[in-house]
Amino acid sequence: MNGGNTLKAMRPVIIFALIGIIFMFLAPYVLQLFTIINLTTAIALAVLALSLALVWGFGGILCFGQVAFFGLGAYAYTIGAINFGGSTWAILVSIMVSAAFAALLGYFVFFGRVSDVYLGVITLTVTLIFFSLIRRTSGPEYKIGNAQIGGFNGVTSPPLNLPWDTSAFLFPEQVFYVAMAALIICYLFCGWLVTTHFGRVCVGIRENELRSELLGYDSRLYKLGIFTISAGIAAVGGVLFCNGVGRITPDVFNLYNAALTIIWVIVGGRGTLIGPIAATFGLFYLTSALGGQSVLNNNLVLGAILIFFVLLVPKGVAPTITDWFVGRRKPRRASRRRRRAGLRDKVKEV
Amino acid sequence: MDLVVAIIFQLVYGIANLALISLGLAIIFGMMRVINLAHGEFLMLGGYTVVVATNAGVNIWIAMLILAPLVVGIIGVIVERVLIRWLYGRMVDTLLATWGLSLLLIGLVTSIFGASTATTISPPLGIIRIGDYSASGYELFLIGVTIILFIAVFATLKLTRLGLVARGTMQNPEMSSALGVSTTRIYMITFGLGAGVTGLAGGLLAPVTGVLPTIGATYIAKAFITVISGGSAILAGTATGSILLGGINGIFAFITGPTIGEVALLVAAIVLLRLMPRGITGRFFRKFL
Repeated sequence: MNGGNTLKAMRPVIIFALIGIIFMFLAPYVLQLFTIINLTTAIALAVLALSLALVWGFGGILCFGQVAFFGLGAYAYTIGAINFGGSTWAILVSIMVSAAFAALLGYFVFFGRVSDVYLGVITLTVTLIFFSLIRRTSGPEYKIGNAQIGGFNGVTSPPLNLPWDTSAFLFPEQVFYVAMAALIICYLFCGWLVTTHFGRVCVGIRENELRSELLGYDSRLYKLGIFTISAGIAAVGGVLFCNGVGRITPDVFNLYNAALTIIWVIVGGRGTLIGPIAATFGLFYLTSALGGQSVLNNNLVLGAILIFFVLLVPKGVAPTITDWFVGRRKPRRASRRRRRAGLRDKVKEV
Repeated sequence: MDLVVAIIFQLVYGIANLALISLGLAIIFGMMRVINLAHGEFLMLGGYTVVVATNAGVNIWIAMLILAPLVVGIIGVIVERVLIRWLYGRMVDTLLATWGLSLLLIGLVTSIFGASTATTISPPLGIIRIGDYSASGYELFLIGVTIILFIAVFATLKLTRLGLVARGTMQNPEMSSALGVSTTRIYMITFGLGAGVTGLAGGLLAPVTGVLPTIGATYIAKAFITVISGGSAILAGTATGSILLGGINGIFAFITGPTIGEVALLVAAIVLLRLMPRGITGRFFRKFL
């Protein structure tokens, strides 16, 4: 595929990225510092949503435990930063640890040819085991290098610093710039990845694994590849998250957070990248608002949202909006045929 | 000698515990190919039924053995009618919808009973002695109940007309409905039965673990891994899965402590799935139930 075509295919991604860049430079002038700090956490979660959007929406891999890689990344960063005394290597270590763990887990499940539903359950189980494992590490004997794992209370995360300058810590406002830049870079990377040969083979495997294998692609390797890459991206989210919050606790691995990640992607729409990101911001502010009152429980609302979307809007918001616009532009009969074809083949657009 | 008996007792209890919490899930999964992610919440509801009933003055045995399965079974039938039946054949959507249900139930119970532990009930049986060691009589009772439950499910599936029809529907739904079986009714009953067994398990475990709205999360990881490792045969799968994983968990927990035990259980299950992707009963004991 030549460069011109890639650019054309990536046009929506680039437009959204530009909007993101404008937002990144405007936000600190418009918003208060408190909002900016909150926003940093939301951005970290958006990176997590993006990683799941990639592996589920484009790789067709039902990973219920994306928070495992996110949390693992956050823990690896924190422990690394405490031991190295700076964040530069810690970030790299964090991404490596998550990706390596994903590759190991992925080897067992993909090469064992575990079906997608089992895969969801296994990844979820791994997440829950992490939760109960790290909760039990409260004693002083549980430490890696100089870092106490701290059990239930978690660990305080050292702040980010300028590369190779351990004394130049970043202030919350600067962390916001870093987070936003990381989100935009990850978004562009994912948007680019799905237009490459690798990405298109992954989509082919999602649509019809047998046919792709008969064409000579080893689906196990491609699945392992996209699974590992998405785990690395999730780790970036984890690094940003523990910087936004200031500490990392085992709660990141709990069932609620695992479900939340799935809900972002379901609501935003499988097969798009911007949808889950937008859904993350929307639901982040919804749950914050819900936290301020005591009538409705967060679990209750999120459960209702999940059931509602699975039963009534199974494609999610972004594809539904796109379809609606496409449907309005075309004559009616054609739109109905397109919609039916869309349901059958799950035609997806970025 | 006494030590050996005490250790074996603990091992058997661990296995029975695993089998007890997994059986309801295995029934629903084996018969209907539905993985019920709200399984943990069904256990939780069983526990709450017992706590509420005993606080209202109901005898604890009646609450555990009759009320808990009845209440959760009815909830199961309602859930099947309202939610699950729209999603048959769409495994991923079923999974997601039951996850939504799981969150919904946690939220609902938290709103009603509060987020902290409800009044705990103490295990009703005393202590039994094994030489110099002692064990809980209630644990022995749970082992017994698990065995009886397995026999009861086996007898229902093998000896009754309902079991015959249900097994037929499981093997070939189209053929069964062509022969005049209402498959939707069979699915409804199966889901209700699975939920009822789950409720019974939740009720029986309530005195041991206490009840919390989020207690489901502590069960489901183990239950899922047991059922998936066991494979699709309901009884043989749950039994072999529980024996293998419960055994590994027990042995590692005895040597190194409970944390490593759970990790060993998970690692064993993942390695097992690499070797036998369809579970133990996908390769061995295929003819068994």
